[in-house]
Amino acid sequence: MTMESIIETRSLNLWYSRFHALIDVSLRIPPRAITAIIGPSGCGKSTLLRVLNRMNERIPGVRVEGDVVLEGGSIYNGRIDLRQLRKRVGMVFQRPNPFPLSVFENVAYGPKIHALASGEELERRVERSLRATGLWDTLKDRLGVSALSLSPEQQQRICISRLLAVEPDVLLMDEPASALDPSATARIEELMMELKERYTIIIVTHNMQQAARISDRTAFMLLGELVEVGETQTVFTKPVDPKTEQYISGRFG
Amino acid sequence: MKNLSMTRAAERPSVWSDRVARGLITASAMVAIVSLVLIFIFIGKEALPIFTSAEIQEEASIGKLFLPQSAGEGAAAEYTWQPVSELPKYSLLPLLVGTLKVTVIASLIAVPLAVLAALYTAEFAPVWVRETVKPAIELLAGIPSVVVGFFCLMVLADWLQGVFGWAFRLNAVTAGIGLSLAVIPIVYTVCEDAFSSVPQAYRDGSVAMGASSWQTASRVVLPAAMPGVLAACVLGFGRAIGETMIVLMASGNAAILSLLPTDSIRTFSATIAAELGEVVVGSAHYHVLFFIGAFLFVITFTINLFGHWWVGRLQKKLQGAS
Repeated sequence: MTMESIIETRSLNLWYSRFHALIDVSLRIPPRAITAIIGPSGCGKSTLLRVLNRMNERIPGVRVEGDVVLEGGSIYNGRIDLRQLRKRVGMVFQRPNPFPLSVFENVAYGPKIHALASGEELERRVERSLRATGLWDTLKDRLGVSALSLSPEQQQRICISRLLAVEPDVLLMDEPASALDPSATARIEELMMELKERYTIIIVTHNMQQAARISDRTAFMLLGELVEVGETQTVFTKPVDPKTEQYISGRFG
Repeated sequence: MKNLSMTRAAERPSVWSDRVARGLITASAMVAIVSLVLIFIFIGKEALPIFTSAEIQEEASIGKLFLPQSAGEGAAAEYTWQPVSELPKYSLLPLLVGTLKVTVIASLIAVPLAVLAALYTAEFAPVWVRETVKPAIELLAGIPSVVVGFFCLMVLADWLQGVFGWAFRLNAVTAGIGLSLAVIPIVYTVCEDAFSSVPQAYRDGSVAMGASSWQTASRVVLPAAMPGVLAACVLGFGRAIGETMIVLMASGNAAILSLLPTDSIRTFSATIAAELGEVVVGSAHYHVLFFIGAFLFVITFTINLFGHWWVGRLQKKLQGAS
């Protein structure tokens, strides 16, 4: 396997106090593709996602061993600027969480805090980011309204736009459509398919159909261990591990 | 049949106790409203002769209260508060300016301190610091204002004069600092609640974008909590303008019309407290004091109303309900 990878975990272990939540996980994520992480609740898939931008560290009592390598550089060992890391590895949450600011201010947030752009350049960035998520045409005359007044789907698109505004490498999505209705989910999935042309996407999902529909690769996790990872089609049709087969055929989870 | 009557019997006492409970709760709510109305009516009634009685207006009409008055033939028209002189002078302007001066000074000190302290305890402080600082500041609210006033009068005033060499020991700044001690706990407590109730998801979203704690606090948490912060300021302002004992003790009580913060002042509230006990009931002076009370009431009421409207507007803007 000489697959190119943009981010990979190496023998990663994570404990929440005494609870061993990730056990020796080594996972390689290819660039410009969608990798889905599936598994039953509590299997550690969200934890694995949060290791990749070090958001787990906000929880007291977390301990990590092993390493995560982003484009050849470790994000755990050595000196790493957390702010820079999180700019490169953005995150979309389960519940849309736009800031209680205007649409414009939401999307301009990243470029402002990272001092990437101001004035007209900032406006262009905001426009570009909103175009990328298909919001520009509906919202271009309403950039001043509160982002909280938008529909949940639009709010989630705002959250994606605000990440794109800082031009990240990797997008982490933690069940990004679970708070949305089916048609909104379908449209967000479409958006993800468009975004993977330019970005690496890692999505955690409960929804196996969703993983099958949109992902190029699928990783199956169970009780903190990475059971199997491979081409989505292979994992879903000819899984190697019997536990994977049991899960995708709905025998547990 | 038997079943039905049994359930009824079981329900009856609960309905009855329900009614009593509801009655008691309604009554306690009404007590507050009724007292408010009664106080307003009483003060208003005693202030009314300023507008209606020709005899009182002879000495103290609205014009005399607010426009410059000449003390005699040829004397320059002035704003003077001298209610017990041979020719009583009732200009409210020195009192109004004094009140506003000390209130503004106290707010300028208290609001930034309290808001930043609240932001610190809500966003940055480790748990044990928060658990120490919060009750400590709230304890400040429990200190009787006469103690704060005494402290300002005896300690703070000397110290400030020693450091800055002010002409008057007791002045608007001394009183303003003392007053801010009374305002800080109110603003702090309300702000702290406002910051703490900002959803964690906003902070997560901001931190996940690579924002520092300070950026998250100042650019996301503060705007999200702005309605609460504003409400805190309105409450604090109300407390500052009405607080009596501290200004009575530490302001010098000289009704001087001056914008200089280091001049002594006399506030509305202190004037009422100092003079109402010795005034002749039914005299012009007596009615003027009540007019001052009503005026204070109207000012705080207006500020509260305006604050309420502004808070609502901000909330709407944040939530985007058009």
